[in-house]
Amino acid sequence: MFGKDGSEKQCAAIESKLIAYLDGCAAPAERHAVEEHLSGCASCRTRVEEFRALSSVLDDLPEISPSPAFDASLRARIAAEPPRRNFWNWLPSPRLAFAVTALVVISVWLSSGPRVITRPSVVSQAIHESKVTAESDFGMIRDLPVLENFDVISKFDALSELPVSPGVSTDEVKKETR
Amino acid sequence: MARTDVQLMLDVKAGDELSFELLLRKYRSPLVNFLYRMVRDRAVAEDLAQEVFLRVYRARQQYAPSAKFTTWMFRIATNLALNSVRDNRHRQMEISMDQTVDTGEDEQRAMEVPDRAPSVEQELVARSRAELIMKAIHALPEKQRAAVLLHKYQELDYDEIARVLECSESALKSLLFRAYETLRVELAPLVSPTVRTDRVPDHRSGQPA
Repeated sequence: MFGKDGSEKQCAAIESKLIAYLDGCAAPAERHAVEEHLSGCASCRTRVEEFRALSSVLDDLPEISPSPAFDASLRARIAAEPPRRNFWNWLPSPRLAFAVTALVVISVWLSSGPRVITRPSVVSQAIHESKVTAESDFGMIRDLPVLENFDVISKFDALSELPVSPGVSTDEVKKETR
Repeated sequence: MARTDVQLMLDVKAGDELSFELLLRKYRSPLVNFLYRMVRDRAVAEDLAQEVFLRVYRARQQYAPSAKFTTWMFRIATNLALNSVRDNRHRQMEISMDQTVDTGEDEQRAMEVPDRAPSVEQELVARSRAELIMKAIHALPEKQRAAVLLHKYQELDYDEIARVLECSESALKSLLFRAYETLRVELAPLVSPTVRTDRVPDHRSGQPA
């Protein structure tokens, strides 16, 4: 453990400067501080020597060479890239642009047009009309026995003025009702 | 006069495919090695390296030289590697600690052939040494591992590495110190100043005056 010769605090203080010192990149003031500490701390001197030795040891790590197929493989990957789309490519085709624009214009026009406002008087009129229709329907149901009575209908003068459908004689109608 | 990486990339942006080819030739091997040391799987490393180049190519139209080209490229590579490591963590945990480290026959073949062919014994020693180093690096936490690889093997400066790892320079120096301290302990059998005082000092550093 370091710090036997110098105080541990001083040893810790040079740690942050040590790498730059070993690289020869330390500022003059830093270099001076490290050298001053090293002169009085055998532990840190040993450590500095071991760091230098470590640097040489790390040089022994062999390098590998990229495989011969590296470039060809990379070119294939680049060739497989989809074509670049610049700003103008992102614009839609003229036909699509026209269709979308027309759709937007129509939507805006429809949404900004005068709205049909249902006024109270119109509502009451509609209610009245629906009441009348309902009453006439009820009247028809009420008069259904009379309407189904052929004798009554055949004697009803107003019906005799209606044109008889072709191919259907009055006699045939009489037979069916009997 | 050789064009800078930024100039090459700007030329790629302008549609010059040859400039992309030059960047590929320059950074193919550093990227594959960086990624191999991060993920420890050759096939995955090559796949990720291709992905890095693919992303660089895809982003050519948006490229703006706000930082060094290498900062940008290694940032992409580091993010891809960290994601890959995290995605495969479960699978990696299943690998037995006793299993032989895959420094691989390929690596040995890929190494430069020395002037004098090494004996079988020398080759075994070198391989064993490489296995130990690889294992120690891979045992580091991912961010420390990336920091060491970018510092030691890619020789990026502190500012670049800090940008790649998205941290401050002081945090990076602290990160590097902790990583090298761990490696110093893990590789203690190989790190012996009394034996290795004749070694050439770190190529990055001049000897501090």
